Amino acid sequence: MTESLPLNLPIDLTVNGERISATVPARQHLIDFLRETLSLTGSHIGCEHGVCGACSIRVNGAVVRGCLTLAVQCDGASVDTIEGLSDSGAIADLQSAFHERNALQCGFCTPGMLATGYDIVRRLPDADEARIRRELSGNICRCTGYHAIVDAIETVAAKRGAGA
Amino acid sequence: MKPTPFGYVKAASLPQALDLLARHGEEAQILAGGQSLIPTLNMRLSAPRLLIDISGLADLSGIAVAGDILRIGALTRHAEVEKSELVARHAPLIAAAMPHVAHPAIRNRGTFGGSLALADPAAELPACCLALAATMIVQAPSGSRRIAARDFFKGLFETALEAGEVLTAIEIPIAVPGQVFAFEELARRHGDYAIVGIAATARKAADGTLSDIRLAYLNLESRPVLAGKAAAALAGTTGDAAAVTAAQDALAGEASPHADLNATPETRLHLARVLLGRAVARLIA
Amino acid sequence: MSLSILDRPNSYIGRTVPRPNAKKLVQGRGTYVDDIKLPRMVHVAFVRSPYAHARILAIRSDAAQAAPGVVRIVTGAEMAAVCTPWVGVLGHMKGLKSAPQYALAVDRACWQGEAVVAVVAHSRAEAEDAAQLVEIDWEELFVVADMETALDPETPVIHPELGDNLAFRRELDVGDVEKGFAAADAIVEETYITGRHTGVCLEARSILADYQPADEQLVVYHSTQAPHMMQTIFAKHLDLPETNVRVICKDVGGAFGIKVHTYPDEMATVALAKMLRRPVKFIADRMESFVTDIHARDHRVKARMAVSKEGRILAIEADDRTGIGPYSVYPRTSAIEANQVVNLIGGPYTNQNYRCTANVVFQNKNVMCQYRAVGHPIACAVTEGLVDKAARAIGMDPAEFRRRNLIADDAYPYKAPTGMVYEGLSHHKSLDKLLELMQYDRLRAEQAALREKGIHRGIGLAAFIEVTNPSAMFYGVGGARISAQDGCTIRLDPTGVITVSIGVTEQGQGTEAIMAQIAASSVGVPMDKVRLITGDTEVTPYGGGTWASRGAGIGGEATLQAGRALRENILSVAGTMLQAAPQTLDIRAGIIVDADTGAERMKLEELGRVAYFRPDTLPRDCQPELMVTRHYVQKDYAFVFTNGLQASYLEVDTETGFVTLLDHWVVEDCGTIINPQLVDEQIRGGVVQGLGGALFEECLYSADGQMLNANMADYLVPMASEMPDIAIAHVVTPTQTSELGAKGVGEAGTAGAPAAVMNAINDALSPFGASVAAQPFTPERVLRALGKIR
Repeated sequence: MTESLPLNLPIDLTVNGERISATVPARQHLIDFLRETLSLTGSHIGCEHGVCGACSIRVNGAVVRGCLTLAVQCDGASVDTIEGLSDSGAIADLQSAFHERNALQCGFCTPGMLATGYDIVRRLPDADEARIRRELSGNICRCTGYHAIVDAIETVAAKRGAGA
Repeated sequence: MKPTPFGYVKAASLPQALDLLARHGEEAQILAGGQSLIPTLNMRLSAPRLLIDISGLADLSGIAVAGDILRIGALTRHAEVEKSELVARHAPLIAAAMPHVAHPAIRNRGTFGGSLALADPAAELPACCLALAATMIVQAPSGSRRIAARDFFKGLFETALEAGEVLTAIEIPIAVPGQVFAFEELARRHGDYAIVGIAATARKAADGTLSDIRLAYLNLESRPVLAGKAAAALAGTTGDAAAVTAAQDALAGEASPHADLNATPETRLHLARVLLGRAVARLIA
Repeated sequence: MSLSILDRPNSYIGRTVPRPNAKKLVQGRGTYVDDIKLPRMVHVAFVRSPYAHARILAIRSDAAQAAPGVVRIVTGAEMAAVCTPWVGVLGHMKGLKSAPQYALAVDRACWQGEAVVAVVAHSRAEAEDAAQLVEIDWEELFVVADMETALDPETPVIHPELGDNLAFRRELDVGDVEKGFAAADAIVEETYITGRHTGVCLEARSILADYQPADEQLVVYHSTQAPHMMQTIFAKHLDLPETNVRVICKDVGGAFGIKVHTYPDEMATVALAKMLRRPVKFIADRMESFVTDIHARDHRVKARMAVSKEGRILAIEADDRTGIGPYSVYPRTSAIEANQVVNLIGGPYTNQNYRCTANVVFQNKNVMCQYRAVGHPIACAVTEGLVDKAARAIGMDPAEFRRRNLIADDAYPYKAPTGMVYEGLSHHKSLDKLLELMQYDRLRAEQAALREKGIHRGIGLAAFIEVTNPSAMFYGVGGARISAQDGCTIRLDPTGVITVSIGVTEQGQGTEAIMAQIAASSVGVPMDKVRLITGDTEVTPYGGGTWASRGAGIGGEATLQAGRALRENILSVAGTMLQAAPQTLDIRAGIIVDADTGAERMKLEELGRVAYFRPDTLPRDCQPELMVTRHYVQKDYAFVFTNGLQASYLEVDTETGFVTLLDHWVVEDCGTIINPQLVDEQIRGGVVQGLGGALFEECLYSADGQMLNANMADYLVPMASEMPDIAIAHVVTPTQTSELGAKGVGEAGTAGAPAAVMNAINDALSPFGASVAAQPFTPERVLRALGKIR
């Protein structure tokens, strides 16, 4: 094979509303790009094989596994990290419910839980406890035993539903 | 772990993707949703030199009905299939299986065709396509060809796709009046690959008699399989207890269950028999 | 002034207060080790042994050295010149032996996953690329995998210099066991198996070491539970003065006992920083975590119990076998879990005829050591499993059987046959409360009605005791430099804020919140006037850190006493300024008030202003001491035990062997409750870790010592969908060993949950004459018990 393969590629994307241009190694996943290049360290790496959900993040409005998304695939995409969702106030109610209900202990899974929780309260405002538990089944929390997380999301879903 | 270095090209057209695949051969891998490929890259279980990203090929995505065929583009994301009215109406078996496919975040990126092309024996969709007698539409530089689902899944992570070919769409005969469906699986945790599962369909006459029965198992063997003898034992019956027992016994005669960390072949067969009973109960309900 | 902290006005003790430090975490703005970047920082990846036991014949690293980004490649021999080996033994664990363990394997590797070569590069990805290029010639050696045969004469010895594969043996024989069995109306026996678990902290082990050669200063950012212990260990094995080593522990992404041990790859990382004179970071990858984070449990206990037909336990006999890998882990050793099993079997009950033997053996698997609820779930499953079997054998309701055998609530202090003294437990009150909470009789009726319809539900009870607030008997007396005491310093700042620094650490339990609550209550300020500093050996008082449920009980008491002393000092100054007797004054909500009327006399910030900036206005003999340190160690008992009960309600699908958890209840007595919400959430999290072991978790090994499920997809931790809601209630028996009265609560959930589930499954299976005793209770094991498969 004579042709050289491009190992590094330029990308343009929007992260938390800010336009970003960068050259990324093709092999770099989105979380490493956010953490190492943009210093957005709120997205955590828990397994790097798509099971734990600690890297759950919003790409073009949908929750995805950041470790199963290459940065180079995000050319033209709009990415929202926990930092952006915090600053915009989009998940202020969820954050406050997590805090009040102590739906976090070590906090490592929390950004991913909030990304998933935000998706649940938007997509399934009527979700009951069993449904919330199923929807959360791709996010590991090793500290809380989930009960408090489910309570917090259920509370916010109900409040948002009532306000709508 | 981080992947080994690789190159990346975002294909602008299917011909470009096929051309790259032809030129780079085994050193290249097609990247669709990436939800199974990227873990293997991150774990350094595979180390391609080039990823050909076809996710931007709009022609390969979408769900449509033409005549009595439901066509699902290979790049259609699971989440889109899951919420599709067309799928719910014309392929209720797939709609029933969809919530069992991993987790919402995976379904947001994983693709329908990707799951079939990977041919994980424990995946839900290959078994569903087998039960529904789907047809795989495959494109090579020389042209396209159609492969029946029962000829497509050859073995463990092995399909009839040849080097240089890309799966572009799946055609599924739409549900007809009187056709009934059942999907059942047993997974240790919700969203995990199941220990064993069944995707079943049949035609139910007004008097309750079953015909055109297709029972596809996932993770019973190293590829999705149709339990033809079990189906035959049910044909012409109303799915009564004696017929179910006969079908379960027939299953025991035809299955070659495999072993993994979760179950021995004996356990698998036992669970497959149980699921057969539950699927029939659902079919005749 | 004589008021206890528990009934002071505006006390935060006993109140649910949201954790102040959780706010940053819900914004993703914590600081975990991997979030820290330092100038000239490089990354290390390790080449690990692919074999369970193999000799290193040759290492070729030329190609790796030439790979892009590589800084340095270091082998075991080079590493040994910088980092000395260690041996994980303790003086008071008589007979415990182990072999020297090195940061990198020198001549041979003794388990699959042992670090062999360190590869340092500019990025983790480049380090991994180069690690793949390191070639090692191996000679495979015999593998001792099965703990049951490890002591057989024909089994080779892993460390020939030790003579055999026995690391530790404990034998206990108290009372008259033979007589108990001779007098029995029924004898029940079973072999209980607890699988090999690991902690799976969502933040993998993480360390960043920064060495400044000019002044020989080593700063280590470490995800750890015991900063001062690690300071000692780094200094000792890297030949640095202890004062030159600073360990900083910011946010920790879960620990559960995993992050309180000496790990070879972490030692190597710190040594590399010293060798390379630049910062080196190591973040364990998830897959290497599974084969290097300590494992735990993996006990096989053959046990039997003698009972009378009146339902009295007459004797218990048990034989425990566990395999700990090739080394006893340093410095806490790998004999503790077996020792705890011996100490805890039969713990809640009055029986005094007890015999137990524990054999701890070496094998070629990953090392085992202390993980949350050390020994508790094993001992609890054995005890409670036998109790249910015994109750069934004599036809007695299991709740009633427990009532007849639990130590009476007025029997304390009570000396157990193990010699352990329980200060004050509340088994009977707890049992009454549990049965009421779960509506036991209603549940039994429901169970019976459903059984008629072919639905098989089970109810399982489990009583437990829990080791908390350890004294120096745990480690210190054995010669380990692990602090049983802890200290707290509280400073009144000129703004009226108090700054509290403390040796216990935060891993998510809420340590900082409860210390803030105690300090606020003890001094008399509102919560928003408290700032916490933890996790830095350079600035906090010397302490043990957070493990063995000691944070609240030990660190909390130090904080209470420091706060009380600071309040006295403040009031002394205030008395002078206000020309009032200090005892007529108090501090409430940050204001100095008249103690009788509550009338405001002076704001704290005014006192601070005068004390710090206008001391000239104070009398010559008035020297404000507005920073106070107090220390506390629990000396009255080896441990302050707690107690509780759990109950599980579940359904067994007898066709598939699947178990569905429906409800779970816990009644727990941890003494004074500082923050009810945090206590309950500790219990819930602990329960789910216990449920994980009961139903899902197990490190599976092949016969040749290869771990078969070393990834998140195959090692099954509990997820939200399968877990029940958990109802919790409390009985409160404060410990008299401290003014605060708080005991620990971190182990309770994990201790009792597996036994409750096992008993519930066996209750559900009882109509079939079937039972299970080997965890995890997989569908396959349940089906086998039912005779549906072989």
